[in-house]
Amino acid sequence: MTSSKKIRVLAAKPGLDGHDRGIKVVACALMDAGMEVIYTGLRQTPAQIVEAAVQEDVDVIALSILSGAHDYHFPKVMELLREKKVDNMLVLGGGIIPKEDVSGLKACGIAEIFGPGTSTEDIVAYIRTHVRE
Amino acid sequence: MVQKHPERKVVFENTSGIPVKRVYTPLDEDAEDYLKTSGFPGEFPFTRGVQPTMYRGRYWTMRQYAGFATAEESNRRYRFLLEQGQTGLSVAFDLPTQIGYDSDHEMAIGEVGKVGVAIDSLEDMETLFAGIPLDRVSTSMTINAPAAVLLAMYIAVGEKQGVASSDLRGTIQNDILKEYSSRGTYIFPPKPSMRIITDIFSFCAGEVPQWNTISISGYHIREAGSTAVQEVAFTLANGIAYVDAALKAGLDVDTFGPRLSFFFNAHLDFLEEVAKYRAARRLWATIMRDRFNAKNPRSMMIRFHTQTAGCTLTAQQPKNNIVRVAFQAMAAVLGGTQSLHTNSMDEALCLPSEEAVRIALRTQQLIAYETGVADTADPLGGSYYLESLTDEIYDRALAYIQKIDEMGGAVAAVEKGYIQREIQESAYRYQKDIEKGARVVVGVNRFQVEEPEPANLLRVDPVVRDDQAKRLASLRVRRERERVSGALEALRRAAQSDANVMPPILEAVKAYATLGEICDVLRGVFGEYEPITTIGR
Repeated sequence: MTSSKKIRVLAAKPGLDGHDRGIKVVACALMDAGMEVIYTGLRQTPAQIVEAAVQEDVDVIALSILSGAHDYHFPKVMELLREKKVDNMLVLGGGIIPKEDVSGLKACGIAEIFGPGTSTEDIVAYIRTHVRE
Repeated sequence: MVQKHPERKVVFENTSGIPVKRVYTPLDEDAEDYLKTSGFPGEFPFTRGVQPTMYRGRYWTMRQYAGFATAEESNRRYRFLLEQGQTGLSVAFDLPTQIGYDSDHEMAIGEVGKVGVAIDSLEDMETLFAGIPLDRVSTSMTINAPAAVLLAMYIAVGEKQGVASSDLRGTIQNDILKEYSSRGTYIFPPKPSMRIITDIFSFCAGEVPQWNTISISGYHIREAGSTAVQEVAFTLANGIAYVDAALKAGLDVDTFGPRLSFFFNAHLDFLEEVAKYRAARRLWATIMRDRFNAKNPRSMMIRFHTQTAGCTLTAQQPKNNIVRVAFQAMAAVLGGTQSLHTNSMDEALCLPSEEAVRIALRTQQLIAYETGVADTADPLGGSYYLESLTDEIYDRALAYIQKIDEMGGAVAAVEKGYIQREIQESAYRYQKDIEKGARVVVGVNRFQVEEPEPANLLRVDPVVRDDQAKRLASLRVRRERERVSGALEALRRAAQSDANVMPPILEAVKAYATLGEICDVLRGVFGEYEPITTIGR
């Protein structure tokens, strides 16, 4: 990653969950850290998210969900990315996600899960270190 | 002295940014204005409470918000809570239900039964309330965009139990404006949504007179990140928009005014919260009397439900949440709430387990029966600090309302993204304060410990969706097809005209038309809301 190009992030809310305080706070923090952030808005299907990510040629997809539907939506996003042969995007998840689900989500390709209480500085640092490693 | 023992901080301020002085004295309140600004409980401007005796007469309703998976499973949880001494029901619906999708809809995949119970038709609603006599409980339903449909189902279940609609007691949240700014479960654009709401006001005034037709909700505004002042301001601005809409629809302010109810958050800044409820009561009373010329004192009263702040609960050291909830619940009681939900300690991790919900309910019972705070009305009234803070929150919230008025009201302010942006900025500021350490969250940025993995978290089996889909398929075969299509057609005609949509919705529900089918008819006529995005590009 060269310092001349801004990191591009797609902040996405898959599913029907409308609580977007978390993703908006993260989006603001990423923008403050000099990244470019595109927010999908609410109620996005995995297909819409992947479509937007490809179109916008982002480096990172940040998924946020609190409704408990992560076990369906997150793997679906990864499956669609693989179908499109996209392997250069860092996909992160956040929200109310039980710890026991984390290993399964990582196994399907989500790079990291950020739970409640995470500092936005940690997310910024993680993205900076892991984008296109 | 101060140089020898410097204060912990240079500036002390509460979550709304109001400076907190070292000490308050009688000089901080205008004693001569006592009758104007405070008065007595049960009297205008209701600062000190809406009843003269407050909890000396009757405790607040202990109403735990619950619902998950199927109607059968939620029915079991309700009976459990009633056996434990809960005094009212509060139904949580899953997201597909809240957004008007049947459980077998493509958008419902992954969401059925997760954050609440899945209700597709009257049949599910009959199961949900099986064995629960609707003339003996009051039921609050957290339902907004499709509130008319769920209310119709409740009326139909009552009828099947032999309970007249005039005997039904409860609340539908039915507050769409905060959905656009804070919670996201909207379906239709603002204008037709407001029309459905005023149709409900008008229908209930005649048919379901004891029903609270709306619960104007600051809870979600606060959860989305607002300050206490913004919570009061945006909630009451939404209230003003509903009253305006109802007046434009030709309703009389003193007919629907007494059936308006409110819903607030109980956050952590204890005295700020107590002052917030008092300020909100005084402000609404003044608005209803002076702006809308209400004559009936009941139209001027804020009667409100409170829920402790889910967003303050931590996944770290979850047992600390029991203490947070207890303080918040105490603030709600000292603020004069009519009804209370106490959150469960495990809610930053999952849906509440049975043990967690019992402790949460016991917290309310402890406050009511053991602490003595319910023995006098507004026990903190007269505290120099509290009175000064009540005035300050009142003035600051009023300034916001005036600004929103200048924009053309709450609907216009939402359409401009103003309210969303204000909330978002407060949420970001709050998070930055935590990260800088300016705000301490015990167990998160101070006093951390290594913790084991939490155990026994409640999970909803994904099989719920398949079961719901099977039930729906079977219902679609069993019901009278012509009665359903006739009812849906009648609803379409009503929606296209000025006719009240409630009677045809009730008829469609009784014919076992599904929630999704009914909402699809309305989507066809009204269209769907296109949200505006306030971050990124």
